[in-house]
Amino acid sequence: MASHRVRPKTAGTYVRRGIVLTYLFLLVVWPVSLIAQHTFGNGFGNLHTALTDPAVTSALRLTIYVSIWAVAINTVFGVGISLLLTRYTFPGRSILSALIDLPLSVSPVVVGLALLLAYGGTNGLFGPALNSAGFQVAFATPGIVLATTFVSLPLVIRELVPVLTEIGTDQEQAARSLGAGPWQTFRRITLPSIRWALVYGVVLSLARSLGEFGAVKIIGGNIAQQTQTATLVVEQKYQDFEQPTAYATSFLLALIAVAALVVVTVLRPKENPDGD
Amino acid sequence: MGIEIRGINKNFGDFVALEDITLSVPTGQLTALLGPSGGGKSTLLRIIAGLESSDSGTIEIEGVDTTNVPAQKRNVGFVFQHYAAFKHMTVEKNIAFGLEIRKRPKDEIKERVQELLKLVHLEQWSHRLPSQLSGGQRQRMALARALAIQPTVLLLDEPFGALDAKVRKELRDWLRRLHDEMHVTTVFVTHDQEEALEVSDSLVIINEGRIEQIGTPDDLYDRPASDFVLSFLGPVTMLGDRMIRPHDIEISPYEQAAIVSGKITRWTRVGFEIRLEVTPDDVLHPNPVHVVLTRTEATALGIHEGDQVWLRPQVGADQVTS
Amino acid sequence: MTTTTTLTAGATRRRRPRSATSLTRSSGLGLGIALTWFSLLVLIPLGLIVIQSADGGWHTFHDTITSPQTASALRLTILQAFYVTVVNVVFGTLIAWVLVRDEFPGKRLLEVIIDIPFALPTIVAGLVLLSLYGPKSPIGLNVANTERSVFLALLFVTLPFVVRTVEPVLIELDPEVEEAAASLGASRFTILRRILLPALAPAITAGAALAFARGISEYGSLVLLSGNLPNHTEVASVRILTYIENGDKAGAASIAVILLAVALAAILLLQLLTRAVAKRG
Repeated sequence: MASHRVRPKTAGTYVRRGIVLTYLFLLVVWPVSLIAQHTFGNGFGNLHTALTDPAVTSALRLTIYVSIWAVAINTVFGVGISLLLTRYTFPGRSILSALIDLPLSVSPVVVGLALLLAYGGTNGLFGPALNSAGFQVAFATPGIVLATTFVSLPLVIRELVPVLTEIGTDQEQAARSLGAGPWQTFRRITLPSIRWALVYGVVLSLARSLGEFGAVKIIGGNIAQQTQTATLVVEQKYQDFEQPTAYATSFLLALIAVAALVVVTVLRPKENPDGD
Repeated sequence: MGIEIRGINKNFGDFVALEDITLSVPTGQLTALLGPSGGGKSTLLRIIAGLESSDSGTIEIEGVDTTNVPAQKRNVGFVFQHYAAFKHMTVEKNIAFGLEIRKRPKDEIKERVQELLKLVHLEQWSHRLPSQLSGGQRQRMALARALAIQPTVLLLDEPFGALDAKVRKELRDWLRRLHDEMHVTTVFVTHDQEEALEVSDSLVIINEGRIEQIGTPDDLYDRPASDFVLSFLGPVTMLGDRMIRPHDIEISPYEQAAIVSGKITRWTRVGFEIRLEVTPDDVLHPNPVHVVLTRTEATALGIHEGDQVWLRPQVGADQVTS
Repeated sequence: MTTTTTLTAGATRRRRPRSATSLTRSSGLGLGIALTWFSLLVLIPLGLIVIQSADGGWHTFHDTITSPQTASALRLTILQAFYVTVVNVVFGTLIAWVLVRDEFPGKRLLEVIIDIPFALPTIVAGLVLLSLYGPKSPIGLNVANTERSVFLALLFVTLPFVVRTVEPVLIELDPEVEEAAASLGASRFTILRRILLPALAPAITAGAALAFARGISEYGSLVLLSGNLPNHTEVASVRILTYIENGDKAGAASIAVILLAVALAAILLLQLLTRAVAKRG
């Protein structure tokens, strides 16, 4: 691990520190802090306006509903696939593990288009069949859930896989030799060892889910009070010259995002606390 | 009875890990599987435990065919080289784990855990986490955890391999005493011949996936079946065309009926021991012969570096003609 | 935060991986379910883009991406993403260096700040930048509706990538290697050039690939900031959206397939680098 010996500080240390702090201040800190300023420029008025606007409240409700679904799906799927990737060998494992990361680098607009091509109501691949079964995906909540699940899919897996690899299988094998079945081994040995990683994964997925914009705009259709999520309402309010409402809604979203980060940073141990 | 292993084969891809292993481990004995790293001994142990499956062959534990029984139903105690401590549980919880899985009554678990804590001298550490223990303590905890389920057989995979020399020695003595008290059929894997010779009732030498020889430590040391066994169980040197242990060579500064004569070309003292290299006069066999004797013997013989000496096997020395 | 692509060989060089076993019946079933879900959600929809882009034949594809407005959007996107990547290589490495090697109060706060661009909804990111660098800029710096606004937005959203890939490698770097080099008479600059940069190069490249892939695919943060002026500040993602809104899915897919190819290339590069590092480990 890194040595924690004290390094001598030279002039270069302070120059580097100064450059980095200035850069981050101008690029991130100052701009982000301006949201709070714009939101609370005249007290709680803007926040109140936003929270009594039916377009905003319905969008917030939809965003929360969609995010909970997306996070739940990704948690179950993420735990399962992480175990498969780290505990089993099967043909195509390395390809799968590479493809899992794909949703992180695909443009949200491309995600929206892809889902539209698959689940579009009139000429999507599965859309018409699902429609006639009474299940509308595109331009409806299920489509938004799909898009949100897509973009936040790798987050849980990326947290779990390194931890599962790191803890190895010794403890699980010991549990088996002591008589524990697969489910008991998972619940009593594996799950406690990965619980923090799982918490980070879930928190990060939640932050990502709340913030998705491009993909849900395309697959959801951005219909006010129906498929308009919180991020979409920000865009609309800004363009409709209701900027205080846009800022207030943004502030709420940013608050959740930053809170998620703080939770993760505070919880994440600096180093493995029980190294062996 | 005990463990009956018949015709076990195991391949990892092209690599033959075990080839037609047949072995019977008697009940109540402490058996060591000894051999160089990568020779297949750990694989065999893991197959006995059910942590790995064999390609063919059968395993019987105390008369029950367990070949297709999953690990969690074999009632085997397994101790891992790197302890495999459950890091999120206290020492007490670690030891209780197998009993809790078996849904034993709380009182019984408590009592049994206390018993085991005492046995492995960890009473005052019962509420600590494994990360707060030393390596030796963690391994004792792992052993207590394996013993808690009253296993039919106890399997130890290089149990002292990750510990430093002094702790290793202590734990080795302790394991032997423990075994004498408990008499549970025990198989342990090691690559340390001294450890195997000192602790075990019987020894199985495994090399390149095959059993080289089975016997008591004395048998194997005195009557090795092959060069490999001879050289693996201790230092050897070539005296003429024979392999022999350096301390089994009789050295004399006076001319006598000898297999090799030559000059002492190197003299190293390690504590009470003197290690010599004798370069033979025979130019056709110029490789130096290694001889070991005590300081007292060397003084009594009055030999020094550069002296001409005559070498022959001591009476009763074991040797293998190659 | 999640941008950490651990390029350290730490985990892989541990013990012999005895761990992985072949599939059992229940894990095989699990794999089947997982693959079906992954295919329905990700692989089939993305595959349809490739099919759709090829549907109109080579001509449609060619005409789409060479139409002046689209070509200009692609050029702008790639160029700005490239500039941003270069800046990230320099500043990202520097930030990672300061985070690992420097000690000062509030350093942990910095860790949070680095990840803000990743966690902040992109539309909010655009709004945030607009408030400092837009028409009502308190410092009189207005880049809104110019090419520089694209650069700025991409710089913001790609900030974490290089930092988060370089940081873990820098932590794992054994300071004894540097000390050994110093004891052999190497100057600080030589140590940087001959010891540190070669060790960090795979991580920097990986971070750069991720940043570039993210840069060319950006949409949300540009919506409010760049004004989406055709032939001027309109990026590839916005072009796709326009095609979708006009009902031209083949056109949309043509551009999408290019973005998809770059995303795949970035991931491939990442895999190769990870493997190379693991081997070197």
